[in-house]
Amino acid sequence: MPTLHTVNKSPYERSSLESCLDHVAEGDSVLMFEDAVVGARRGGKFIATLKAERPSCALYVLGPDLAARGIKPADIAEGISVVDYGGFVDLAVANARVCAWL
Amino acid sequence: MRFGIVVNEGPYTRQASDSAYLFAKAALAKGHEIFRVFFYHDGVNNGTRFTVPPQDDRNLQRLWSELAETHKLDLVVCIAAAQRRGILDANEAKRQGKDGDNIAPGFRISGLGQLIEAGIQADRLVVFGD
Amino acid sequence: MSEQANRKKFLYVNRRAPYGTIYALESLEVVLIGAAFEQDVSLAFIDDGVYQLVAGQDTAGVGMKNFSKTYRALGDYEVRKLYVERESLAERGLTVEDLMPITYEDEDDDYAEKPSIHLTDRSEMARLIAEQDVILSF
Repeated sequence: MPTLHTVNKSPYERSSLESCLDHVAEGDSVLMFEDAVVGARRGGKFIATLKAERPSCALYVLGPDLAARGIKPADIAEGISVVDYGGFVDLAVANARVCAWL
Repeated sequence: MRFGIVVNEGPYTRQASDSAYLFAKAALAKGHEIFRVFFYHDGVNNGTRFTVPPQDDRNLQRLWSELAETHKLDLVVCIAAAQRRGILDANEAKRQGKDGDNIAPGFRISGLGQLIEAGIQADRLVVFGD
Repeated sequence: MSEQANRKKFLYVNRRAPYGTIYALESLEVVLIGAAFEQDVSLAFIDDGVYQLVAGQDTAGVGMKNFSKTYRALGDYEVRKLYVERESLAERGLTVEDLMPITYEDEDDDYAEKPSIHLTDRSEMARLIAEQDVILSF
């Protein structure tokens, strides 16, 4: 059973997202929330990292955290799905464990 | 499904407590159970009833207390972390010779074993921190 | 439910240097308390977390308690699986020689002293994460 990895730090400020991506297994999910959502914006320098490094895992971003930071769903890079808190809960249920990269 | 939730940060400086609260609310709305919310490190600061945020801001302590009241949640504040940061219930205040207590309604002070137990009893343990 | 049925795999993920924040100390506190619950415990030291195990910590000048000796006592608490990420060490200019020797006595092997520290590649660390029941991050 796969793992849900959560990242709450901006990749522009901290290395948590990178560390997380270095430790995901095939079939895992990565959820970016809180300040980490800034890493999901189209044209940002971490999009290439997200896609190239881990094509085998599913990428999610928390909608309310995007909205709070003025990022519209249309601004999100392709291949990253937007979920709400209920979707966060569903991801925790669908995976066998949750690993927080603080 | 049964969740355990860990809150590692205090209110207002970091978003951790807000995120944990909204996650907990969403989980309950979906019919899941929350075995326990454990407040550790600065997270114990969510459990003082002496906070007075501005009226146009959310009151995280009150939100947690109300959620606990409505859903009979077990909100546990780590005793060692609480003592370091001046979060006391009546018993602790008496034991430590302090002149008052500040634990908020719905919160209780207990040991780290409660965190381990949450890990054992819950189907998923979700950590919110910094 | 029997204790055996309740035995879960717990992983403590340590990614920060000690003293700058309280997380290293409080992670250790949970590990020590948790030992009484007889779970299957592993500790992961990733990123700056490897500094928690560096030898020669001297906190006299910063006015904080030096808790590094406690790691050496973990074996007495049946905590014997300390996984240190090889790449995290290398990226910081460290080698395993820079770490405290941490050992345990194996009661099934005539109390032979064995190392608790396991140097672990990043890919093995990912596998370790994938086999846990509970992950506590600090």
